[in-house]
Amino acid sequence: MSDIHQNINLPAGSIEKQTTTLNLGPTHPATHGVFQNILELDGEKIVAATQTVGYIHRAFEKIAERRSLYQITPLTDRLNYCSAPLNNIGWHLTCEKLLGIQTPKRVDYLRIIIMELARIADHLICNSIVGVDSGAFSGFLYVMQYRELIYEIYEEVCGSRLTTNIGRIGGFERDFSNTAFEKIEKFLNEYPKVLKEFENLFNRNRIFMERTIGAGPISAERALNYGFTGPNLRAAGVDYDVRVVSPYCSYEEFEFDIPIGSTGDCYDRFLVRNAEMWQSMRIIEQALQKLNELKGEEATVYHADVPEYYLPPKQDVYTKMEALIWHFKIIMGEINMPQGELYHSIEACNGELGFYIISDGGRTPYRLHFRRPCFIYYQAYEELVKGGMLSDAIIVMSSLNLIAGEMDA
Amino acid sequence: MALTNEFIKQKLIDKFGDQVFAFEEQFGLLSFHADKEINLKILSFLKEDETLGFNFLTDICGVHYPDQKGAELAVVYHLHNIKENVRLRFKVFADINKPEVYTATGIYEAANWMERETYDFYGIIFIGHPNLKRILNVDEMDYFPMRKEYPLEDQSRIDKDDEMFGRGGSDHFDLGKRLQDSVVENEK
Amino acid sequence: MRPVSFNIKPKKADVNDSLMMAEMPPGYEGQGFFATTLDSVIGLARKNSLWPLPFATSCCGIEFMATMAATYDLARFGSERVGFSPRQCDLLMVMGTIAKKMAPVVKQVYLQMAEPRWVIAVGACASSGGIFDTYSVLQGIDQIIPVDVYVPGCPPRPEAILDGVMRVQDLVGKESLRRRNSERYKGLLESYGIQ
Repeated sequence: MSDIHQNINLPAGSIEKQTTTLNLGPTHPATHGVFQNILELDGEKIVAATQTVGYIHRAFEKIAERRSLYQITPLTDRLNYCSAPLNNIGWHLTCEKLLGIQTPKRVDYLRIIIMELARIADHLICNSIVGVDSGAFSGFLYVMQYRELIYEIYEEVCGSRLTTNIGRIGGFERDFSNTAFEKIEKFLNEYPKVLKEFENLFNRNRIFMERTIGAGPISAERALNYGFTGPNLRAAGVDYDVRVVSPYCSYEEFEFDIPIGSTGDCYDRFLVRNAEMWQSMRIIEQALQKLNELKGEEATVYHADVPEYYLPPKQDVYTKMEALIWHFKIIMGEINMPQGELYHSIEACNGELGFYIISDGGRTPYRLHFRRPCFIYYQAYEELVKGGMLSDAIIVMSSLNLIAGEMDA
Repeated sequence: MALTNEFIKQKLIDKFGDQVFAFEEQFGLLSFHADKEINLKILSFLKEDETLGFNFLTDICGVHYPDQKGAELAVVYHLHNIKENVRLRFKVFADINKPEVYTATGIYEAANWMERETYDFYGIIFIGHPNLKRILNVDEMDYFPMRKEYPLEDQSRIDKDDEMFGRGGSDHFDLGKRLQDSVVENEK
Repeated sequence: MRPVSFNIKPKKADVNDSLMMAEMPPGYEGQGFFATTLDSVIGLARKNSLWPLPFATSCCGIEFMATMAATYDLARFGSERVGFSPRQCDLLMVMGTIAKKMAPVVKQVYLQMAEPRWVIAVGACASSGGIFDTYSVLQGIDQIIPVDVYVPGCPPRPEAILDGVMRVQDLVGKESLRRRNSERYKGLLESYGIQ
């Protein structure tokens, strides 16, 4: 016991515990999601931390053993619900790899636009909530306006805002309308100024820098050992990005940089996410340009020609008998999948989102496992906050971008 | 030398002989089975050998094959060599009456929660794990839900009618009796 | 192709056509006085200053964040201050799936709230389990706490969440002051095992 405590006389027989246990329980004011941290504090410093997850375990993997491929897409929406289209398109890419379907170039470019918009939406939430947790509320309100614009773009394409269930195996359900392209252009015109202003609010703001620099650092070797991927790994200095290392969906034709940090603390993670948003916008501009360069037949196609797996258009489903039957057969899984085992991964907003599917030739997967990045890097939380202060615990939790739906599945 | 699947396969057979078997390549990814006693030796060999360098553990999951007697529970490891972009998968099998596998936490820290999840879902005991408790389900649960014999739905719920979903509450549907019952109802 | 017909060229908002004042309850007016029932005045005051406790667990929580933000502002209904302490809030908004592991926590938060308290179940998962008919998901929070308003949707649009809050406001405005001590309410709580 240090000198300060000499004046405190505890009654005889009482237990002298040197640390306080604080329960940062499943419901906590920072609206991140439901997971629990039990912290052992020595004054204000954190000595140990135990995590409990599973407060929103919805048994996706068991549900998926009963559902056919299209019926699993709404489940993938609810993994990382801040960027649902990315999960949907990742799942469709896995199905296409399993079924051996090749998508036309235009579909790839349209998919890239939607995926990068979803990435921007997710990084926006993460960074603005880091701001809210360090006390700066206005950044959040300001950028949510632009998230609404991204939601409007999703609505144009698939009809829904948040849990989008976007696309089909082989492409999209309908071509992007002119309004969708107008809205994407509007977003590209207006958003850079907003992001610049958001950066001006935070990047060289002394209070924010003092809060976040040095909070929760991790070295590159420890990060790799813990299975980190995504912006958290890139902030630690490793330039591993699934879009570059094993490109999917024509990413190899696009030119973009991978921002990396050095110390892996909260400030680096914040900056890496901001820089990734700039790179995403660059990719969207290139995609729009490539779309304009496509000629003839290629310029109007929006799905691959696979009638066994692509749902027929709705006008036909409601008027013709064969189309109705095909629609029913495909959704209910009357068409059997080929046998095989496949692991496919995409660069989701939090890291490498992987789908491991074992198919035994029936209508549903024999086993479907989601490799969820949040679940894997949350294990490192104790190492990140040990020795830090209580407020660091909150900032580290929000800068890791933990989404409870993805963590528990 | 480029890290091809043939090269990896050859190195593994050279080192472990017939303890690794069932090599196959699906969608470009090499996959093999191994005895569960040597899973740690394989993992550390794959990680530390300079030519192989699989320093990233992508995923650990479990699978239940109720038809393979004596080897019902499988643990699947996915590894990745980030520099060369080569992936690898290997499986170890355990008997359902003695589902014990050595833990990989000493080699990769990432294995900690992944193995807890596999334990929670399948009941595979990882020997040497620092904290083998349930992670996603409630602590009081006494069965391992992802095994094939257990149903998805909570059987004690009363607000949803299984008949409507084709998962009959009644084991066999007798049309004659149903019609008779409805005639009796109408006559009352 | 059906043409899109909204929000392509948004019109400028005019302050005069979207201002609404709270309505006066019926009563007797005179020079310098206004007589009405206590119930209606207290109801009017309570309904326009509901402090919600957002119990956001999953996707509906993100729609709630969108409802709180500037486009679909929740603050104009009097809910400017969202509190996270159950003692200080009137309205428990349960948004998202409640798993069986989380159910005791919801019940605990509900018990800690002081009367009068209202509960709104936002989303299909909170109302009835939603698309997750599994062993680990509670099939609706009304298995453990009494609910006043259910907002369906997966996730409900922010307009739907606002509609749910407005229905709660109707309930609050018309509630009798004696309801919380009545036999019927006590019977309702007994049926949930709450004393």
